[in-house]
Amino acid sequence: MLYSYLTENKTKCGYSLDYKLNIIYICLIMSLSLSEKIRYSRHLNLPQFGLDTQEKLKNSKVLVVGTGGLGAPLLQYLTAVGVGTIGVVDFDTIDESNLQRQVLFGTSDIGTEKTSAAIKRLQGLNPHVKFIEHNLRFDSSNALSIIANYDVVADGTDNFPTRYLVNDACLFGGKTNVFASIFQFEGQVSVFNYFDGKEFGPNYRDLYPSPPPPGMVPSCAEGGVLGVLPGIIGSLQALEVIKVLTGIGTPLSGKLFIFDALDFSTRKLNVRKDPQNPISGSNPTIDHLVDYDEFCGVKDLHFSEKYISVEELSEWKKQGVKMQLIDVREPHEHEAANLGGVLIPSKSVELHLDQIPKVGKVVFYCRSGARSAKAIKLLKEKYGYTNLINLDGGILAWKEKFDQAMRVV
Amino acid sequence: MEIKLVAYGIAREIIGHSEMKMKVVDKITIGEFKKSIVGQYPEFGRLRDLRFAINEDYQNDDFVLTTNDEVVVIPPVSGG
Repeated sequence: MLYSYLTENKTKCGYSLDYKLNIIYICLIMSLSLSEKIRYSRHLNLPQFGLDTQEKLKNSKVLVVGTGGLGAPLLQYLTAVGVGTIGVVDFDTIDESNLQRQVLFGTSDIGTEKTSAAIKRLQGLNPHVKFIEHNLRFDSSNALSIIANYDVVADGTDNFPTRYLVNDACLFGGKTNVFASIFQFEGQVSVFNYFDGKEFGPNYRDLYPSPPPPGMVPSCAEGGVLGVLPGIIGSLQALEVIKVLTGIGTPLSGKLFIFDALDFSTRKLNVRKDPQNPISGSNPTIDHLVDYDEFCGVKDLHFSEKYISVEELSEWKKQGVKMQLIDVREPHEHEAANLGGVLIPSKSVELHLDQIPKVGKVVFYCRSGARSAKAIKLLKEKYGYTNLINLDGGILAWKEKFDQAMRVV
Repeated sequence: MEIKLVAYGIAREIIGHSEMKMKVVDKITIGEFKKSIVGQYPEFGRLRDLRFAINEDYQNDDFVLTTNDEVVVIPPVSGG
Protein backbone atom coordinates (compact mmCIF):
# COMPACT_ATOMS: atom_id res chain seq x y z
CA MET A 1 0.00 0.00 0.00
CA LEU A 2 2.65 2.49 1.09
CA TYR A 3 4.87 1.29 -1.72
CA SER A 4 2.25 1.77 -4.39
CA TYR A 5 1.33 5.18 -3.02
CA LEU A 6 4.93 6.27 -3.09
CA THR A 7 5.69 4.93 -6.54
CA GLU A 8 2.60 6.60 -7.86
CA ASN A 9 3.50 9.90 -6.33
CA LYS A 10 7.27 9.61 -6.79
CA THR A 11 9.64 11.66 -4.68
CA LYS A 12 11.71 14.62 -5.66
CA CYS A 13 15.00 13.00 -4.82
CA GLY A 14 15.36 11.29 -8.15
CA TYR A 15 16.17 7.83 -6.83
CA SER A 16 14.30 4.89 -8.22
CA LEU A 17 11.92 3.79 -5.52
CA ASP A 18 11.91 0.23 -6.88
CA TYR A 19 15.33 -0.29 -5.41
CA LYS A 20 15.73 2.38 -2.79
CA LEU A 21 12.59 2.14 -0.71
CA ASN A 22 14.49 3.08 2.39
CA ILE A 23 15.17 6.49 0.92
CA ILE A 24 11.50 7.34 1.33
CA TYR A 25 12.10 8.05 4.95
CA ILE A 26 14.54 10.79 4.02
CA CYS A 27 12.75 12.15 0.98
CA LEU A 28 9.58 13.51 2.52
CA ILE A 29 8.90 16.05 -0.19
CA MET A 30 6.16 14.63 -2.36
CA SER A 31 5.68 15.68 -5.96
CA LEU A 32 2.39 15.86 -7.84
CA SER A 33 0.59 12.97 -9.48
CA LEU A 34 -0.79 13.40 -13.00
CA SER A 35 -4.28 13.82 -11.61
CA GLU A 36 -3.06 16.61 -9.34
CA LYS A 37 -1.22 18.30 -12.19
CA ILE A 38 -4.46 18.41 -14.14
CA ARG A 39 -6.42 19.62 -11.13
CA TYR A 40 -3.99 22.45 -10.37
CA SER A 41 -3.18 23.33 -13.99
CA ARG A 42 -4.46 26.91 -13.57
CA HIS A 43 -1.91 27.35 -10.81
CA LEU A 44 0.86 25.73 -12.81
CA ASN A 45 0.30 28.20 -15.65
CA LEU A 46 0.36 31.12 -13.26
CA PRO A 47 3.49 33.30 -13.39
CA GLN A 48 5.26 33.31 -9.98
CA PHE A 49 3.54 30.08 -9.03
CA GLY A 50 4.27 26.93 -11.03
CA LEU A 51 5.09 23.38 -10.04
CA ASP A 52 7.50 24.10 -7.19
CA THR A 53 5.00 26.36 -5.46
CA GLN A 54 2.18 23.86 -5.89
CA GLU A 55 4.44 21.22 -4.34
CA LYS A 56 5.09 23.53 -1.40
CA LEU A 57 1.35 23.63 -0.80
CA LYS A 58 1.11 19.86 -1.04
CA ASN A 59 3.83 19.48 1.56
CA SER A 60 2.27 22.04 3.93
CA LYS A 61 0.22 21.47 7.04
CA VAL A 62 -2.31 24.06 8.17
CA LEU A 63 -4.40 24.06 11.33
CA VAL A 64 -7.75 25.82 11.03
CA VAL A 65 -9.16 26.68 14.45
CA GLY A 66 -12.92 27.14 14.19
CA THR A 67 -15.23 25.94 11.43
CA GLY A 68 -17.63 28.88 11.59
CA GLY A 69 -18.21 31.77 9.23
CA LEU A 70 -14.49 32.31 8.58
CA GLY A 71 -13.65 28.62 8.60
CA ALA A 72 -16.14 27.91 5.81
CA PRO A 73 -14.40 29.82 2.98
CA LEU A 74 -11.00 29.30 4.54
CA LEU A 75 -11.27 25.52 4.64
CA GLN A 76 -12.86 25.28 1.20
CA TYR A 77 -10.17 27.36 -0.49
CA LEU A 78 -7.27 25.73 1.34
CA THR A 79 -8.70 22.38 0.28
CA ALA A 80 -9.35 23.40 -3.32
CA VAL A 81 -5.91 24.93 -3.86
CA GLY A 82 -4.23 21.75 -2.64
CA VAL A 83 -2.79 22.29 0.83
CA GLY A 84 -1.49 18.78 1.66
CA THR A 85 -2.67 18.42 5.25
CA ILE A 86 -5.41 20.37 6.99
CA GLY A 87 -6.28 20.05 10.67
CA VAL A 88 -9.84 21.01 11.57
CA VAL A 89 -10.62 22.13 15.13
CA ASP A 90 -14.11 22.60 16.56
CA PHE A 91 -16.18 21.16 19.37
CA ASP A 92 -19.60 22.35 18.29
CA THR A 93 -22.52 20.94 16.37
CA ILE A 94 -24.27 22.63 13.47
CA ASP A 95 -27.19 24.87 14.35
CA GLU A 96 -29.74 26.19 11.92
CA SER A 97 -28.64 29.76 12.73
CA ASN A 98 -25.15 28.92 11.39
CA LEU A 99 -26.29 28.32 7.84
CA GLN A 100 -26.80 31.96 6.87
CA ARG A 101 -22.98 32.33 6.69
CA GLN A 102 -21.33 28.94 7.26
CA VAL A 103 -21.60 27.80 3.67
CA LEU A 104 -19.61 24.65 4.33
CA PHE A 105 -22.75 23.08 5.78
CA GLY A 106 -26.19 22.24 4.45
CA THR A 107 -29.63 21.88 5.98
CA SER A 108 -29.21 18.12 6.36
CA ASP A 109 -26.12 18.70 8.54
CA ILE A 110 -28.08 20.41 11.34
CA GLY A 111 -27.36 18.72 14.63
CA THR A 112 -24.24 16.90 13.43
CA GLU A 113 -20.67 17.56 14.55
CA LYS A 114 -19.00 20.39 12.71
CA THR A 115 -15.59 18.77 12.24
CA SER A 116 -16.91 15.55 10.71
CA ALA A 117 -19.47 17.34 8.52
CA ALA A 118 -16.76 19.74 7.34
CA ILE A 119 -14.29 16.99 6.50
CA LYS A 120 -16.92 14.98 4.67
CA ARG A 121 -17.72 17.95 2.46
CA LEU A 122 -14.08 18.96 2.00
CA GLN A 123 -12.89 15.47 1.15
CA GLY A 124 -15.44 15.43 -1.64
CA LEU A 125 -13.99 18.71 -2.86
CA ASN A 126 -10.44 17.37 -3.09
CA PRO A 127 -9.46 13.73 -2.45
CA HIS A 128 -5.75 14.61 -2.51
CA VAL A 129 -5.91 16.47 0.81
CA LYS A 130 -5.36 14.72 4.12
CA PHE A 131 -7.63 15.94 6.92
CA ILE A 132 -6.99 15.58 10.62
CA GLU A 133 -10.06 15.90 12.81
CA HIS A 134 -9.72 17.63 16.17
CA ASN A 135 -13.25 17.36 17.54
CA LEU A 136 -12.49 19.09 20.81
CA ARG A 137 -12.45 22.39 22.64
CA PHE A 138 -9.11 24.08 21.88
CA ASP A 139 -7.75 25.05 25.28
CA SER A 140 -4.59 25.64 27.28
CA SER A 141 -4.18 21.91 27.96
CA ASN A 142 -4.06 20.80 24.32
CA ALA A 143 -3.18 23.87 22.21
CA LEU A 144 0.59 23.45 22.15
CA SER A 145 0.59 19.75 21.35
CA ILE A 146 -1.95 20.26 18.54
CA ILE A 147 -0.23 23.17 16.81
CA ALA A 148 3.18 21.44 17.03
CA ASN A 149 2.18 19.25 14.07
CA TYR A 150 1.41 22.14 11.73
CA ASP A 151 3.33 24.79 9.79
CA VAL A 152 0.76 27.58 10.00
CA VAL A 153 -2.27 28.23 12.21
CA ALA A 154 -5.36 30.09 10.92
CA ASP A 155 -7.50 31.63 13.65
CA GLY A 156 -11.18 31.63 12.78
CA THR A 157 -12.51 31.38 16.32
CA ASP A 158 -15.37 33.41 17.72
CA ASN A 159 -14.36 34.62 21.17
CA PHE A 160 -11.63 36.61 22.87
CA PRO A 161 -10.28 33.88 25.18
CA THR A 162 -9.56 31.56 22.25
CA ARG A 163 -8.07 34.40 20.22
CA TYR A 164 -5.54 35.15 22.97
CA LEU A 165 -4.95 31.42 23.40
CA VAL A 166 -4.23 30.89 19.68
CA ASN A 167 -1.93 33.91 19.69
CA ASP A 168 0.02 32.81 22.74
CA ALA A 169 0.26 29.18 21.62
CA CYS A 170 1.67 30.35 18.27
CA LEU A 171 4.23 32.52 20.10
CA PHE A 172 5.35 29.63 22.31
CA GLY A 173 5.24 27.18 19.40
CA GLY A 174 6.99 29.48 16.92
CA LYS A 175 4.12 29.29 14.41
CA THR A 176 2.68 31.95 12.13
CA ASN A 177 -0.87 32.89 13.09
CA VAL A 178 -3.00 34.04 10.16
CA PHE A 179 -5.68 36.04 11.90
CA ALA A 180 -9.12 37.19 10.81
CA SER A 181 -12.08 38.45 12.80
CA ILE A 182 -15.47 39.94 12.05
CA PHE A 183 -18.10 42.12 13.69
CA GLN A 184 -21.44 43.02 12.11
CA PHE A 185 -20.24 44.70 8.87
CA GLU A 186 -16.52 44.92 9.65
CA GLY A 187 -13.65 42.54 9.13
CA GLN A 188 -10.03 42.50 10.28
CA VAL A 189 -7.13 40.49 8.84
CA SER A 190 -3.47 40.25 9.84
CA VAL A 191 -0.54 37.85 9.89
CA PHE A 192 0.95 37.50 13.35
CA ASN A 193 4.30 36.12 14.51
CA TYR A 194 5.55 35.78 10.95
CA PHE A 195 9.23 34.90 10.71
CA ASP A 196 10.80 36.77 7.80
CA GLY A 197 14.14 35.01 8.07
CA LYS A 198 15.52 37.51 10.58
CA GLU A 199 12.86 38.12 13.18
CA PHE A 200 9.27 37.47 14.17
CA GLY A 201 6.70 40.11 13.25
CA PRO A 202 4.13 41.68 15.61
CA ASN A 203 1.39 39.61 17.22
CA TYR A 204 -2.13 40.05 18.59
CA ARG A 205 -0.91 41.27 21.98
CA ASP A 206 1.10 44.05 20.30
CA LEU A 207 -2.12 45.29 18.75
CA TYR A 208 -4.49 44.56 21.65
CA PRO A 209 -2.55 44.27 24.92
CA SER A 210 -5.66 43.44 26.90
CA PRO A 211 -9.14 42.17 26.07
CA PRO A 212 -12.14 44.48 26.26
CA PRO A 213 -14.30 44.18 29.39
CA PRO A 214 -16.53 41.11 29.14
CA GLY A 215 -19.76 41.78 27.34
CA MET A 216 -18.66 45.11 25.93
CA VAL A 217 -17.91 43.90 22.42
CA PRO A 218 -20.77 41.68 21.27
CA SER A 219 -20.14 38.35 19.57
CA CYS A 220 -21.76 37.45 16.25
CA ALA A 221 -24.51 35.74 18.23
CA GLU A 222 -25.19 38.90 20.23
CA GLY A 223 -24.38 41.64 17.72
CA GLY A 224 -25.24 39.88 14.48
CA VAL A 225 -23.18 39.54 11.32
CA LEU A 226 -24.00 39.93 7.64
CA GLY A 227 -23.83 36.46 6.05
CA VAL A 228 -21.46 37.38 3.23
CA LEU A 229 -18.95 39.23 5.43
CA PRO A 230 -17.11 36.16 6.76
CA GLY A 231 -17.10 34.87 3.17
CA ILE A 232 -15.10 37.93 2.11
CA ILE A 233 -12.82 38.07 5.15
CA GLY A 234 -12.28 34.29 5.34
CA SER A 235 -11.24 34.31 1.67
CA LEU A 236 -8.66 37.02 2.42
CA GLN A 237 -7.48 34.89 5.32
CA ALA A 238 -7.08 31.90 2.95
CA LEU A 239 -5.08 34.15 0.62
CA GLU A 240 -2.66 35.06 3.41
CA VAL A 241 -2.29 31.42 4.47
CA ILE A 242 -1.38 30.50 0.88
CA LYS A 243 1.11 33.38 0.66
CA VAL A 244 2.79 32.41 3.93
CA LEU A 245 3.03 28.76 2.88
CA THR A 246 4.37 29.40 -0.60
CA GLY A 247 6.39 32.58 -0.11
CA ILE A 248 4.67 34.41 -2.98
CA GLY A 249 4.00 38.13 -2.58
CA THR A 250 4.25 39.97 0.72
CA PRO A 251 2.30 38.62 3.68
CA LEU A 252 0.23 40.96 5.82
CA SER A 253 2.79 40.85 8.64
CA GLY A 254 3.10 44.06 10.66
CA LYS A 255 -0.16 45.32 9.15
CA LEU A 256 -3.78 45.31 10.22
CA PHE A 257 -6.22 45.27 7.32
CA ILE A 258 -9.74 46.47 8.04
CA PHE A 259 -12.75 46.28 5.77
CA ASP A 260 -16.00 48.15 6.27
CA ALA A 261 -18.67 46.52 4.14
CA LEU A 262 -21.22 49.29 4.55
CA ASP A 263 -19.21 52.01 2.86
CA PHE A 264 -16.81 49.64 1.08
CA SER A 265 -13.77 51.23 2.66
CA THR A 266 -10.52 49.50 3.43
CA ARG A 267 -7.49 50.48 5.48
CA LYS A 268 -4.11 48.94 6.07
CA LEU A 269 -2.45 50.15 9.25
CA ASN A 270 1.13 49.62 10.34
CA VAL A 271 1.39 47.71 13.62
CA ARG A 272 4.42 48.06 15.89
CA LYS A 273 5.99 45.55 18.19
CA ASP A 274 5.35 46.51 21.80
CA PRO A 275 8.44 46.30 24.07
CA GLN A 276 5.96 45.78 26.96
CA ASN A 277 4.40 42.70 25.33
CA PRO A 278 4.26 40.18 28.22
CA ILE A 279 5.37 37.29 25.97
CA SER A 280 7.39 38.71 23.09
CA GLY A 281 8.52 42.03 24.63
CA SER A 282 11.90 42.87 26.10
CA ASN A 283 11.02 41.67 29.61
CA PRO A 284 8.60 38.76 29.20
CA THR A 285 6.42 37.97 32.22
CA ILE A 286 4.33 35.12 30.80
CA ASP A 287 6.09 31.87 29.91
CA HIS A 288 3.15 29.48 29.65
CA LEU A 289 -0.46 29.34 28.50
CA VAL A 290 -2.80 30.85 31.10
CA ASP A 291 -6.52 30.52 31.92
CA TYR A 292 -7.91 32.60 29.06
CA ASP A 293 -11.49 32.68 30.33
CA GLU A 294 -10.19 34.28 33.48
CA PHE A 295 -7.84 36.58 31.56
CA CYS A 296 -10.75 37.84 29.48
CA GLY A 297 -13.14 37.95 32.46
CA VAL A 298 -15.78 36.11 30.47
CA LYS A 299 -16.65 33.55 33.09
CA ASP A 300 -19.15 35.93 34.61
CA LEU A 301 -21.13 36.24 31.40
CA HIS A 302 -21.23 32.52 30.82
CA PHE A 303 -22.12 31.62 34.33
CA SER A 304 -24.20 34.49 35.55
CA GLU A 305 -27.59 34.82 33.94
CA LYS A 306 -28.39 37.99 35.79
CA TYR A 307 -26.18 41.04 35.73
CA ILE A 308 -26.55 44.80 35.83
CA SER A 309 -24.41 47.66 34.58
CA VAL A 310 -22.88 50.24 36.92
CA GLU A 311 -25.30 52.79 35.45
CA GLU A 312 -28.27 50.65 36.49
CA LEU A 313 -26.80 50.12 39.94
CA SER A 314 -26.33 53.86 40.29
CA GLU A 315 -29.99 54.39 39.36
CA TRP A 316 -31.07 51.78 41.90
CA LYS A 317 -29.06 53.57 44.58
CA LYS A 318 -30.52 56.95 43.66
CA GLN A 319 -34.06 55.57 43.64
CA GLY A 320 -33.48 53.79 46.93
CA VAL A 321 -34.25 50.38 45.46
CA LYS A 322 -34.13 47.81 48.23
CA MET A 323 -31.13 45.53 47.69
CA GLN A 324 -28.24 43.84 49.42
CA LEU A 325 -24.76 44.59 48.08
CA ILE A 326 -22.07 41.98 48.63
CA ASP A 327 -18.38 42.62 47.99
CA VAL A 328 -16.56 39.34 47.31
CA ARG A 329 -13.06 40.82 47.10
CA GLU A 330 -10.40 40.50 49.77
CA PRO A 331 -10.46 42.74 52.88
CA HIS A 332 -7.61 44.97 51.70
CA GLU A 333 -9.43 45.63 48.46
CA HIS A 334 -12.66 46.41 50.31
CA GLU A 335 -10.81 48.76 52.62
CA ALA A 336 -9.21 50.72 49.74
CA ALA A 337 -12.51 51.41 47.98
CA ASN A 338 -15.97 49.91 48.04
CA LEU A 339 -19.55 50.51 47.04
CA GLY A 340 -20.94 49.73 50.47
CA GLY A 341 -22.41 46.37 51.35
CA VAL A 342 -21.17 43.35 53.19
CA LEU A 343 -17.65 42.00 52.69
CA ILE A 344 -17.64 38.26 52.05
CA PRO A 345 -14.47 37.20 50.20
CA SER A 346 -15.31 34.86 47.33
CA LYS A 347 -13.38 31.96 48.81
CA SER A 348 -15.48 31.99 51.96
CA VAL A 349 -19.00 32.61 50.65
CA GLU A 350 -20.06 29.11 51.66
CA LEU A 351 -19.25 29.92 55.29
CA HIS A 352 -21.51 32.96 55.30
CA LEU A 353 -24.72 31.75 53.69
CA ASP A 354 -26.65 33.29 56.59
CA GLN A 355 -25.62 36.74 55.36
CA ILE A 356 -26.79 36.15 51.78
CA PRO A 357 -30.57 36.49 51.43
CA LYS A 358 -32.35 34.01 49.17
CA VAL A 359 -35.05 36.47 48.24
CA GLY A 360 -34.95 40.06 47.00
CA LYS A 361 -32.26 41.80 44.98
CA VAL A 362 -28.74 40.75 45.93
CA VAL A 363 -25.93 42.34 43.91
CA PHE A 364 -22.48 40.73 43.99
CA TYR A 365 -19.45 42.70 42.92
CA CYS A 366 -15.67 42.37 42.78
CA ARG A 367 -12.90 44.14 40.89
CA SER A 368 -13.81 43.25 37.31
CA GLY A 369 -16.86 41.00 37.63
CA ALA A 370 -15.10 37.64 37.32
CA ARG A 371 -14.84 36.54 40.96
CA SER A 372 -18.38 37.66 41.74
CA ALA A 373 -19.64 35.62 38.80
CA LYS A 374 -17.81 32.56 40.09
CA ALA A 375 -19.32 33.04 43.53
CA ILE A 376 -22.80 33.39 42.04
CA LYS A 377 -22.32 30.24 39.99
CA LEU A 378 -21.32 28.27 43.05
CA LEU A 379 -24.22 29.55 45.14
CA LYS A 380 -26.67 28.96 42.35
CA GLU A 381 -25.56 25.43 41.58
CA LYS A 382 -24.79 24.19 45.06
CA TYR A 383 -27.28 26.08 47.21
CA GLY A 384 -30.11 26.89 44.80
CA TYR A 385 -29.85 30.70 44.85
CA THR A 386 -31.86 32.30 42.03
CA ASN A 387 -31.81 35.95 43.04
CA LEU A 388 -28.13 36.85 42.77
CA ILE A 389 -27.12 39.57 40.33
CA ASN A 390 -23.60 40.27 39.07
CA LEU A 391 -22.26 43.80 38.66
CA ASP A 392 -20.95 43.93 35.08
CA GLY A 393 -17.37 45.16 34.96
CA GLY A 394 -17.14 45.30 38.75
CA ILE A 395 -15.84 48.20 40.77
CA LEU A 396 -13.42 49.07 37.96
CA ALA A 397 -16.36 49.91 35.75
CA TRP A 398 -17.87 51.99 38.56
CA LYS A 399 -14.61 53.88 38.97
CA GLU A 400 -14.37 54.62 35.25
CA LYS A 401 -17.96 55.75 35.04
CA PHE A 402 -18.50 57.67 38.25
CA ASP A 403 -15.43 58.12 40.38
CA GLN A 404 -12.08 58.27 38.63
CA ALA A 405 -10.33 59.14 41.90
CA MET A 406 -11.43 55.86 43.49
CA ARG A 407 -8.51 53.75 44.74
CA VAL A 408 -9.09 50.31 43.31
CA VAL A 409 -6.33 47.88 44.18
CA MET B 1 -6.20 72.73 15.79
CA GLU B 2 -8.50 70.27 14.08
CA ILE B 3 -8.05 66.54 13.67
CA LYS B 4 -10.22 63.80 12.17
CA LEU B 5 -11.29 60.89 14.34
CA VAL B 6 -12.19 57.68 12.50
CA ALA B 7 -13.89 55.03 14.61
CA TYR B 8 -14.77 51.39 14.01
CA GLY B 9 -16.86 48.81 15.82
CA ILE B 10 -17.90 49.52 19.36
CA ALA B 11 -16.01 52.85 19.31
CA ARG B 12 -18.26 53.98 16.47
CA GLU B 13 -21.31 53.03 18.50
CA ILE B 14 -20.09 54.96 21.53
CA ILE B 15 -19.23 58.11 19.58
CA GLY B 16 -22.20 57.82 17.26
CA HIS B 17 -20.18 58.57 14.12
CA SER B 18 -17.76 56.71 11.87
CA GLU B 19 -15.83 59.92 11.20
CA MET B 20 -15.78 63.16 13.09
CA LYS B 21 -13.76 66.39 12.91
CA MET B 22 -12.67 67.48 16.38
CA LYS B 23 -11.08 70.63 17.74
CA VAL B 24 -8.20 69.82 20.09
CA VAL B 25 -5.50 71.86 21.80
CA ASP B 26 -2.23 72.27 19.89
CA LYS B 27 0.44 69.63 20.45
CA ILE B 28 -1.92 67.31 22.25
CA THR B 29 -0.56 63.80 22.79
CA ILE B 30 -2.52 60.63 22.05
CA GLY B 31 -2.71 59.96 25.79
CA GLU B 32 -4.22 63.39 26.46
CA PHE B 33 -6.56 63.04 23.50
CA LYS B 34 -7.78 59.69 24.88
CA LYS B 35 -8.59 61.37 28.19
CA SER B 36 -10.55 64.10 26.44
CA ILE B 37 -12.59 61.50 24.53
CA VAL B 38 -13.32 59.63 27.77
CA GLY B 39 -14.40 62.96 29.28
CA GLN B 40 -16.91 63.41 26.46
CA TYR B 41 -17.86 59.75 26.15
CA PRO B 42 -17.31 57.99 29.51
CA GLU B 43 -18.18 54.58 28.04
CA PHE B 44 -15.06 54.92 25.90
CA GLY B 45 -13.00 54.56 29.06
CA ARG B 46 -13.94 50.89 29.26
CA LEU B 47 -11.85 50.22 26.16
CA ARG B 48 -8.70 50.21 28.23
CA ASP B 49 -5.30 49.97 26.59
CA LEU B 50 -6.77 50.67 23.17
CA ARG B 51 -4.08 51.79 20.72
CA PHE B 52 -4.64 54.60 18.24
CA ALA B 53 -3.24 54.80 14.72
CA ILE B 54 -2.26 58.18 13.32
CA ASN B 55 -2.24 58.50 9.54
CA GLU B 56 -2.05 54.71 9.12
CA ASP B 57 0.66 54.08 11.74
CA TYR B 58 -0.03 52.81 15.25
CA GLN B 59 1.64 55.12 17.77
CA ASN B 60 2.29 55.20 21.50
CA ASP B 61 0.39 57.43 23.91
CA ASP B 62 3.21 60.01 24.02
CA PHE B 63 2.94 60.70 20.29
CA VAL B 64 2.12 64.36 19.57
CA LEU B 65 -0.71 65.06 17.15
CA THR B 66 -0.50 67.74 14.48
CA THR B 67 -3.27 69.54 12.66
CA ASN B 68 -5.36 67.53 10.17
CA ASP B 69 -4.03 64.23 11.51
CA GLU B 70 -6.30 61.27 10.94
CA VAL B 71 -6.73 59.37 14.19
CA VAL B 72 -8.03 55.83 13.67
CA VAL B 73 -9.54 53.79 16.48
CA ILE B 74 -10.17 50.09 15.87
CA PRO B 75 -11.42 48.21 18.94
CA PRO B 76 -10.89 44.44 18.94
CA VAL B 77 -13.63 42.21 17.55
CA SER B 78 -13.89 38.51 18.16
CA GLY B 79 -16.43 37.18 15.70
CA GLY B 80 -15.61 34.30 13.42
